[in-house]
Amino acid sequence: MIRYFFTRLASAIPALLIIVTATFFLMRAAPGGPFDQEQTLPPEIMANLQRAYGLDQPIWTQYGRYLKSLLHGDFGPSFKYKDFTVTELIGQGFPVSLQLGVMAMALALIAGILLGTFAALHRNSMADYATMSLAMVGIAIPVFVVLPFLGILFGVYLHWLPVAGWESGSIRHRALPVIALALPPLAYIARLTRAGMLEVLRSDFIRTAFAKGLPLRTLMWRHALRPALTPVAGYLVPAVASIMTGSLVVESIAGIPGIGRYLVQGALNRDYTLVLGMVVVYSTLLIGLGLLVDLLYAWLDPRVRH
Amino acid sequence: MTPTLNVQDLRIAFSHRAGNIEAVDGVSFQIGPAECVGIVGESGSGKTQIFMAAMGLLAGNARATGSVRFEGAELLAAHPTALNRIRGSKLTMIPQDPMTCLTPHLKIGVQLAEVMVTHRGTTWRDARSYAARMLERVHVAEPRRRLNQYPHELSGGLRQRVMIAMSVLCEPSLVIADEPTTALDVTVQAQVMELLRALRGEFGMALALISHDLAVVAGLADRILVMYAGRIVEVAAAAELFRRPRHPYTAELLKCMPTIAGPRAVRLPTLAGQPPRPGEVLQACAFAPRCSRAADRCRMERPELVGPADAQVACHFPLSHD
Ligand SMILES: Nc1ncnc2c1ncn2[C@@H]1O[C@H](COP(=O)(O)OP(=O)(O)OP(=O)(O)O)[C@@H](O)[C@H]1O
Ligand SMILES: [Mg+2]
Repeated sequence: MIRYFFTRLASAIPALLIIVTATFFLMRAAPGGPFDQEQTLPPEIMANLQRAYGLDQPIWTQYGRYLKSLLHGDFGPSFKYKDFTVTELIGQGFPVSLQLGVMAMALALIAGILLGTFAALHRNSMADYATMSLAMVGIAIPVFVVLPFLGILFGVYLHWLPVAGWESGSIRHRALPVIALALPPLAYIARLTRAGMLEVLRSDFIRTAFAKGLPLRTLMWRHALRPALTPVAGYLVPAVASIMTGSLVVESIAGIPGIGRYLVQGALNRDYTLVLGMVVVYSTLLIGLGLLVDLLYAWLDPRVRH
Repeated sequence: MTPTLNVQDLRIAFSHRAGNIEAVDGVSFQIGPAECVGIVGESGSGKTQIFMAAMGLLAGNARATGSVRFEGAELLAAHPTALNRIRGSKLTMIPQDPMTCLTPHLKIGVQLAEVMVTHRGTTWRDARSYAARMLERVHVAEPRRRLNQYPHELSGGLRQRVMIAMSVLCEPSLVIADEPTTALDVTVQAQVMELLRALRGEFGMALALISHDLAVVAGLADRILVMYAGRIVEVAAAAELFRRPRHPYTAELLKCMPTIAGPRAVRLPTLAGQPPRPGEVLQACAFAPRCSRAADRCRMERPELVGPADAQVACHFPLSHD
């Protein structure tokens, strides 16, 4: 198991390299450059800028330089926010985005698993149908509709919660964006849990657990939950990816100072280094998570360990 | 004296899209303290469902009527929490397939110890060392190491020993062994039956031994119930049943039994014909279509189970041995 884990860890490096390379060349293949939007510059100033950022070099030299600085943990200067390095920009916004994402993921997991288990225990009842229909709605409605809707309902009409903004330590500011972001994966996790749970509740070992006279709560916690969560474990990486893309929208709608906006603006501005930096951060997170999921599988089912 | 298990007019019906299936159709019998009763019948005759009803484990689409009393307490209508005080401690079950009946992600030690923790309120430490001693008693080598293993690390025979150890942890009054050897190798089968015999001597519990094979129950049962299509067709003391079967179905079953001494037939002779499909409503004796002795009466009137408690038969024309 440990050897397997390190093999996977080693294979993460070429994966990351491929993603960086593809992004690097795709960005360059897009028409335009980082200094286009400002009023047309005199050619000599343009040339100076190009030289300062190394854009006058052949593309392979630029690529080689970028990889080298990446190895030293340096994402390079931002082309657009000229006073900042990419590392500084990401360093400012990342804690905010991370907090938002972690809270949304935690909410999606806890509420999704609870709802799914509840529905499975009451299968084919009104409660089951109601929960699963709601889950369907949660999956179907996009974040950019849900968040304004929640904002209008809880902010404008009920005045319970602020519609936008982000004050450090304020739970009230986090509530709506976290809920909006969590909703689609929450609904999906609820459906996966319900299906997994129904399957497990039919199995022989659950019959044994009932025959042992275990209280329902012990039976569910100790015997049923872990095997029922295997499908959910398989969905974790897509779930985090969906929260990442969702946060691009949520952060810009709710005015949250995270890193989500950099990806969109960076791409529009041809801010090559900023976009590459974001891609590296996001893919490292997802690849790392994939490794954790492997460990999780082994915990959920010891037969995987061999 | 109160019987350990008292089943009266038990009926179990499964609701289905196509209509109801009567899997158990008015069954009454008793199991006395420390008695070993064999329940024999073809696959689908309803053997398992009788005891599923007793354990409160019937499927969601099942409806059971009648009465199943365990040491005087009614089980059929019992609340799950009341059932939980009995099942797993005083009333236990050794399931058919040891490969699938243990929870894959829990160590053997946890699965054994939790029975003691739940029913006796002992600490996990005490429960584990008691479980280890019990594993030793069912002849599992290195019990301490087994406690730290997962089910998939154990062979089928070992897992069945674990299930047997689990069934006797709380000194039960009745153990239900549902085809405890069907899934095992022939050599292991004999060992498991021997183990059950030894434990019965040690703990003095009653044993309900379910099988579709008369040979399996032959060595252990005091009394044998023969089931056919959801009903009991014959009850007799074990020795009596083998020497003088009275129901034609029992006689056919005995013919299917390979003799221990004689050469083993290449293929075992099996009973000709098919049992009635579950759900078929019968006015007649269910066995009549396959019975060589069947007369008009058998096809018009269903025979009731009559006779004293240890020599009952449901047949209009039972075999006589005078
Ligand atoms: N959930 C269910 N829904 C419908 N019918 C069922 C259900 N469970 C069992 N049955 C029916 O009940 C009948 C009796 O089943 P049971 O398990 O008691 O048979 P058995 O005598 O134990 O046979 P075996 O030797 O195969 O274990 C079967 O014919 C089956 O069709
Ligand atoms: Mg059965």
